Amino acid sequence: MPDPFIRIEGVSKSFGTFQAVRDVSLTVARGEIFALLGGSGCGKTTLLRMLAGFEDPTEGRIFLDGQDMTGVPPWERPVHMMFQSYALFPHMTVERNVGYGLKHDAMTRAQRADRVREMLDLVQLIPFAHRKPHQISGGQRQRVALARALARQPKLLLLDEPLAALDKKLREQTQFELMSIQERTGVTFIVVTHDQEEAMTLADRIAVMDKGQVKQIGPPTEVYEYPNSRFVAGFIGSITTFDAVVQSVSADTAQVDVPALGGRITARAMPGLTAGQSVTLALRPEKLAISRHRPEGANVIAGVVKDLAYFGKDSLYRVTLPSGQLVAVHAVNARRAGAADRVADWEDAVWLSFDPTSAILLVD
Amino acid sequence: MNRRPVFLITVLCFGFAFFYIPILSMMVYSFNGSRLATVWGGFSTKWYVSLFSNKQVGAALILSLQIALLSATVATILGTMSGIALARFRKFRGRTLFSGLVTAPLIMPEVITGISSLMLFILMAEWIGWPGQRGFTTITLAHITFSMVFVTTVVHSRMVQADRAIEEAAMDLGSRPWQVMFDVTLPVISPAILSGWLLAFTISLDDVVITSFTTGPGNTTLPLLIWSKVKLGVTPDINALATLTVIVVGTGVALAGFILNRAEKRREADRRLAYRAND
Amino acid sequence: MKARSTSHDGRFARWFNRTGWAQLVIGLPYIWLVLLFLIPFLIVLAMSVATRTPTAPPFGYGGENPVINLTGYARLFTDDLYIRAFTTSVTNAAGATVLCLLLGFPMALALTRVSTSWRQILLMLVILPFWTSFLLRVYAWMGLMGSNSWFNRMLTGWYNAVVPEEWALRALPLMHSNFAVVLVTVYTYLPFMILPLYANLERLDPVLDEAAMDLGSRPLRVFWDITLPQSIPGIIAGGLLVFIPAAGELVIPTLVGDAGSPMIGRVIADEFSSARDWPMASSVAVALLVLMVGPMMIYSHYQSRSDGGAR
Repeated sequence: MPDPFIRIEGVSKSFGTFQAVRDVSLTVARGEIFALLGGSGCGKTTLLRMLAGFEDPTEGRIFLDGQDMTGVPPWERPVHMMFQSYALFPHMTVERNVGYGLKHDAMTRAQRADRVREMLDLVQLIPFAHRKPHQISGGQRQRVALARALARQPKLLLLDEPLAALDKKLREQTQFELMSIQERTGVTFIVVTHDQEEAMTLADRIAVMDKGQVKQIGPPTEVYEYPNSRFVAGFIGSITTFDAVVQSVSADTAQVDVPALGGRITARAMPGLTAGQSVTLALRPEKLAISRHRPEGANVIAGVVKDLAYFGKDSLYRVTLPSGQLVAVHAVNARRAGAADRVADWEDAVWLSFDPTSAILLVD
Repeated sequence: MNRRPVFLITVLCFGFAFFYIPILSMMVYSFNGSRLATVWGGFSTKWYVSLFSNKQVGAALILSLQIALLSATVATILGTMSGIALARFRKFRGRTLFSGLVTAPLIMPEVITGISSLMLFILMAEWIGWPGQRGFTTITLAHITFSMVFVTTVVHSRMVQADRAIEEAAMDLGSRPWQVMFDVTLPVISPAILSGWLLAFTISLDDVVITSFTTGPGNTTLPLLIWSKVKLGVTPDINALATLTVIVVGTGVALAGFILNRAEKRREADRRLAYRAND
Repeated sequence: MKARSTSHDGRFARWFNRTGWAQLVIGLPYIWLVLLFLIPFLIVLAMSVATRTPTAPPFGYGGENPVINLTGYARLFTDDLYIRAFTTSVTNAAGATVLCLLLGFPMALALTRVSTSWRQILLMLVILPFWTSFLLRVYAWMGLMGSNSWFNRMLTGWYNAVVPEEWALRALPLMHSNFAVVLVTVYTYLPFMILPLYANLERLDPVLDEAAMDLGSRPLRVFWDITLPQSIPGIIAGGLLVFIPAAGELVIPTLVGDAGSPMIGRVIADEFSSARDWPMASSVAVALLVLMVGPMMIYSHYQSRSDGGAR
């Protein structure tokens, strides 16, 4: 297998007694968009700064394209960063900002000007070339920061919370722009974010971090549908969890006793499950079907609608189970229905059901 | 990646040496037994003894303190008023002239302020008969004028940063503008007012040029006394006086810094406590 | 607690609350400054075109004296003394300003880079000389520069060690020279350069430095490209705060300056007190102010800009 493009090996970082990053190892492939996802204080920003060269790892090493980056200062690394606050130089025009890094490359003045033009064209800011940062909007400033970081064709681009400062509409638009720019330039992106929607949309693979450690790495579908721990399951998307005990395991199914659901449910078997094992059952709201009539199938539970939020295209129900536990159910309003023939209403008695493959069993 | 700013720290050390070597040398020589201020003749405290029994110095000190106290207080009142006026009243007749009047003394050479004030007093004496004798009153008037602009600068820059919303809230709840000032504005900017007072006090206590022009016979302030002695050369009793000044001022500044630091630390701790309570 | 009584305010109260109050707050300091600063200033202007007479007070208008006497101003251009005084003053002040900048900028920059616990103490140490008597600080240097001081003897020793025999000196002639004036000016005015510079540098965003480094600039380059351009307002403010008063200094040239090439402050004081020539002193003063008008306007322009920006 060829050497991965970026290799982080056993990296730890301590500030005094506080350990920000604990023994993190991961690899990133060339041309990938990789996301570091986690809440504040999880160590993702520290890891990013170590990649950029602003911090040195206390332990471990970082390899970029086969080269050991230990001790290499930021100005010598083929890595550039798009800062969260954009960090545009206030006394330089857009043009000079974008061209700033090119001074250190062996190019003629004409070549530099061409490159700046090319970059401005990439982010569609050519008419604003002579403006200063305080004369352009927030979204435009971000594009300048992006163009500036890409001008020197870095091997790796680091993005620190790229969408955090944008409003919702701009966020969607920028998401797609970022992805298209990445495709066109082929630069490897590492994105740091606390917003799981951002990570899921942008990234080819996500690393979920908590308290300085990496909890799970995988493509968005894997991290979302097959979380490996309660933390990851709860961090991405919404989820309802139940305590459970495995009753029996067969070739492709497992019978699990869930007191809160009032009985047994059938789940898809996982390797390593044994009878008598305590597990957590986790159910995503959209995997539960809700109806007034009792459906056929393995996992059927009765409940009463306590709350409902109607969004037009979908609805979110909170259903009380006989055991007292609340379950969140998310249903698309697939059929046009008025008040009389609605799927379910407040205080209605309903039936919830789910497919055995939708049951997530977590062992930690 | 930690950049140790070696060059900068070196310059910093050199700069502090530059600041303090003359002062320390002066302090050391104040214990000089020999009369020649620049040749060491054994350790002695006799200059301090003669200083304390010197009636001239005592009288000059008392006069300086009286002038400084009075002028600092009046200057603070006037300076605070003009600082607030400039910050809160956007447009009024003659505002440009006012801000000019408030900036000019800051950078105008003192000798010009001195002769202009003296000419004013002499002409006033000619035309309206007052002030008959220049002295305490004229010095104080000149000091107030000169130092109030420093207070204005300090108060104004604090007012510009202050939150207007609390003043508006007070007015919304029924307070008249003058009540708002006493209830809300002044308490909030009180550290700035205090530091303005200290600044005015120091300026008055230390002033030589303007005082020398506006004084009259028999009214010698401490700086004027030192000035007349120093023009003749270096003498060890001045060294002693200088050492005492440095010690007093140094203690004052250190104390003020310490108190401010403690207050800031307490505020930080309170803030953290409140933050945690909300979790 | 006062009860709300909005509609019960008497006419006086209403007037006071609306306009009278503002008028008081603005008016009192305004009147004071007009009486005790503006009018004296106008007196100087008027005096500069008066004629010197042997009366007391020593000036005259009208009568046998011309109403506007411009001979004083003419002398400024013809008499060598004044031209030399202006040149000496501007040169000394400019030299002191440049030296203050060269020493003060690294110091201010260093202050922004040290850890916060050190910073409090160091800032205090920078401010401490500022609160000590100005006169005594000048005096401290007089002690060091005198021919018999340990400092002078030390420097003389170094000088004699590197210089051929026939140039050897008993003591370096530091006192009573332009060199002494510049040195002492730098010494006393350095805090006025450091503090505005520090305030400016402290407000700069360190992320910009990181962005520049990220894009390939070494620390020295970062300083030149990023830190320096952004510190220009501070440099100008500090520079003018030193240059303008230093040009008109009286105490420093009197104590350590060369009596043979006086500075303009001394000339004004001498004309006024010794020669009792009020009109001439006023003319010189007005000329000095005219010379300083340009720098003063630059200073207040940058002051208002920084105030507006800080909001």
